[in-house]
Amino acid sequence: MANPAFPRPDMPGPQPVAAAKVSANAVQSKPLLQTAGGEGADRVFKSAITACGLAVLGVLVLIVYELVSSSRLTWHAFGFKFFAGTDWNPVSEQFGALPFIFGTLVSSLLALVIAVPLSVGVAVFTTEMCPKAMRGPLSFFVELLAAIPSVIYGLWAIFVLVPILSGYVQPFLAKTLGWTGLFEGPPYGIGMLAAGVVLAIMIIPIISSISREVLMVVPQHQREGVLALGATRWEMIRVGVLRNARAGIVGGIILGLGRALGETIAVTMVIGNRPEIAKSLFAPGYTMASVLANEFSEATGDVYLSALVEIGLALFLVTIIVNALAQLLVWTVTRGQPARGNV
Amino acid sequence: MSEAVTTLPGQALVRPLSLRRRITDLVMTGAAVLTVVIVLVPLVAIFGYVVYRGVGAINWAFLTQTPKPVGEAGGGMANAIVGSALILGIASLVGVPFGIGAGIYLAEFGRNRLGSVIRFTSDVLSGVPSIVIGIVAWSILVRGRGFSALAGGLALAIMMVPTITRTTEEMLLLVPQALREAAYGLGVSRWRTTLSIVLRTATSGVITGVMLAFARIAGETAPLLFTALGNTFWNLRYNQPTAALPLQIYVYANSPYDDWHRQAWAGSLVLIVLIVTAVAAVRYAVRRGSFGTA
Repeated sequence: MANPAFPRPDMPGPQPVAAAKVSANAVQSKPLLQTAGGEGADRVFKSAITACGLAVLGVLVLIVYELVSSSRLTWHAFGFKFFAGTDWNPVSEQFGALPFIFGTLVSSLLALVIAVPLSVGVAVFTTEMCPKAMRGPLSFFVELLAAIPSVIYGLWAIFVLVPILSGYVQPFLAKTLGWTGLFEGPPYGIGMLAAGVVLAIMIIPIISSISREVLMVVPQHQREGVLALGATRWEMIRVGVLRNARAGIVGGIILGLGRALGETIAVTMVIGNRPEIAKSLFAPGYTMASVLANEFSEATGDVYLSALVEIGLALFLVTIIVNALAQLLVWTVTRGQPARGNV
Repeated sequence: MSEAVTTLPGQALVRPLSLRRRITDLVMTGAAVLTVVIVLVPLVAIFGYVVYRGVGAINWAFLTQTPKPVGEAGGGMANAIVGSALILGIASLVGVPFGIGAGIYLAEFGRNRLGSVIRFTSDVLSGVPSIVIGIVAWSILVRGRGFSALAGGLALAIMMVPTITRTTEEMLLLVPQALREAAYGLGVSRWRTTLSIVLRTATSGVITGVMLAFARIAGETAPLLFTALGNTFWNLRYNQPTAALPLQIYVYANSPYDDWHRQAWAGSLVLIVLIVTAVAAVRYAVRRGSFGTA
């Protein structure tokens, strides 16, 4: 984030390398004038600041420790079968998490299918097509979408989106694409499709703002080069811009996926909350995050609680892997290293 | 830019663009414009609908009274607004100093292995689903002790830290090295330089990070479900279950009562005004680059 408030570091003066050396000397060798107790205070300050840094590390370790230790009970009772079982019955203490994993994956993938083309389109439009004056406001509006709390998305979805889906969209889909089996059953509105659409709206700002950043890093001479060969604007975008930014855009998409996997409240409000595996997107489902939201505070019995925490642990691990992957992909582009296999 | 191509002096030598290529170009431009329209529709729809329903539902009773018993009309969310302020206050009190401290560490002392580990940890932490943080806060702070505003506040504080840490680091790194050297040259100790010169210069940027983190947690519901729990009465004590605006909206939205739906919209309006004000203030401050300091 460049902030115009700060003097730019590229002001005339000593070269950066020389500057670093001077500062290192100033710290290491004792200054000629030393205020009384300055060194002791420095040591206290450094320890306090380091403690803050270590606290960040400590919190993560604590999270992992708590999740692992609180879910040990089900891990011993069910092992890997926990993730393959389809039966979720707290009364008979049968716990299989597959319906929740299915619900999380399907709703998130559905969200990606809807959000990716839209977000990349918006990013391309803001960086390559729209007049400069429109750029700021447009990205501001799209980012406002990210500032709306999840619970308000849920509220809006219940009272506006769901009636639209059940009244218009679902009958239309059933008539035109019903033969695929994905759009069957009574059009209640509430269900997997509603969850996917809400998630899509929620992750569009993430994917589009990261794609925009990545597109802006593509060097201008790439565009000029392709245009000079006689390309139209779209050909320039396809060959000169998108192909270069591919890895970064994929990174943005995966970051969006990470958000969608962990999103709780809005999904819980519209997905229907029934632990079933159904082929139709009209059918109700249940996600890992929403079963936690609904059942955690009512969980009686140690095994039930432990089963829920194990779902939390699984969700935690998946989102961390997904996010780390995304970070790596975005870095390969924005750190200036060209992604492999490009023109 | 495409005009530049068509007006090249050598144009006469260049074969005119084929119809197919021109149509593809036009279609793709249209598609890009269409995506922008499709994305802006839900934005306008959500904001418009929240304002429309919220303005119709908000009144003096909503802002000053506590909820009425189930099914009875009237009442308000005053206790939830105050409860939210309490929880967000606790979160900021804990999260802001730790976030800024960790940011200072990364910028001033973090050019080593430990620094990279903490930087990575902070990024990982920002991707942890909020519901998982809620579970952990429950098992550490609530189990055996009971639901409390403190537990909710601490859960939200954990969510604030990564954003504040990374923005603080970025902002401190923008402060010119020459400024630090000037301070050292005058014999100012390192801690004094960091706090009074470096941090002071970067104040506006650091505040931006704090506000962004605040906007992010202000609407969080999931981590509060099993920490603050909610409450239909006034509570100002840190160790008691406390109502919060997002929680109350969540409960009311899932209820079958029209009057509660109405209040959920009013609550959403209050929440959205709060958050959009914070975000807009940040943008304004970044644009102007002034937040009290030169």
